[in-house]
Amino acid sequence: MSDPRPLAERLAAVHARHPGATDAITEALREVMETVVGKVSATEAALLGEVEALGRTIAAAKAEISALHVDDITASHIPFATDELDAIVAHTASATEAILEACESLDGATGQVGPEPAATLLNATTRIYEACSFQDITGQRITKVVGALKEIESKVAAITVRFGCQWHLHPDWHTDGPPVPADETLLNGPQHPTVAMGQSDIDKLLASFD
Amino acid sequence: MIDKSMQVLIVDDYKTMLRIIRNLLKQIEFHNVEEASDGSEAIAKLRTGNFGLVISDWNMMPMTGLQLLQEVRADSRLKTTPFIMITAESKTENVIAAKQAGVSNYIVKPFNAETLREKIEKVLGHV
Repeated sequence: MSDPRPLAERLAAVHARHPGATDAITEALREVMETVVGKVSATEAALLGEVEALGRTIAAAKAEISALHVDDITASHIPFATDELDAIVAHTASATEAILEACESLDGATGQVGPEPAATLLNATTRIYEACSFQDITGQRITKVVGALKEIESKVAAITVRFGCQWHLHPDWHTDGPPVPADETLLNGPQHPTVAMGQSDIDKLLASFD
Repeated sequence: MIDKSMQVLIVDDYKTMLRIIRNLLKQIEFHNVEEASDGSEAIAKLRTGNFGLVISDWNMMPMTGLQLLQEVRADSRLKTTPFIMITAESKTENVIAAKQAGVSNYIVKPFNAETLREKIEKVLGHV
């Protein structure tokens, strides 16, 4: 338990008990007290303590981020994810081309059958052509996902740089990108079905101009 | 009466989509179809050809469908050519921008043959 009396009072008590031996100590302590009391108030001392604690927290966070091996995000995780997405697009494109080729063969066969089966064939291939446009939509959606991944990468890079961690952008990733068209702000790609305008909404909007 | 023998230019940077639109046009009896893979190629073909209808995607590089539309409307010989935008861009501001640029009609992807037929008939019926 510490002595609750002020330090000066305690020094005076020591001096009273040992008048010869404590002069030098008293003088030294007085100088220290004057220095501390004159320059740091209680509030400032509390703030300094908080700053020191914050510094320890930041140092711990830096150590934790370093231990996470964030370089892996650009070196392997994001390139792997984008490669996989590219492969999905390539596979579905290949499958769609094969479907279209088969449909075109069926269309070619309509002349070799009667009017009724020809109409049935035509109706079926039309529906297949319509359905195949999914490939274009999914391709555009995947492009949006790749854009989001790049955004995540740059934000993680910014955080780690701020924390003073080592960071190297993957050499295959370029910040410049392709030329940006003048109407870039209008290029949003497919909207989520729950919020997208349908054809009838667009027809009404267009009609409002007439 | 719509002349289905007219030359139609379809513009898309995605060749699968060109193939799909060409086949759908064939289903609704438009057989005279020419293709362009971007806006620049399209404008070159339009300036040398005699097209009765343009059907274009919006999201293309380096020239977008909107820029192509603006070029077409700025060209004295092409400015009245019917122009249908087929795109996944379905925001209100897109439709308004296309309308202000002079689009004849606007089809949102995914679409079907009936919508394509209906919009073409509507557009060509006004010519």
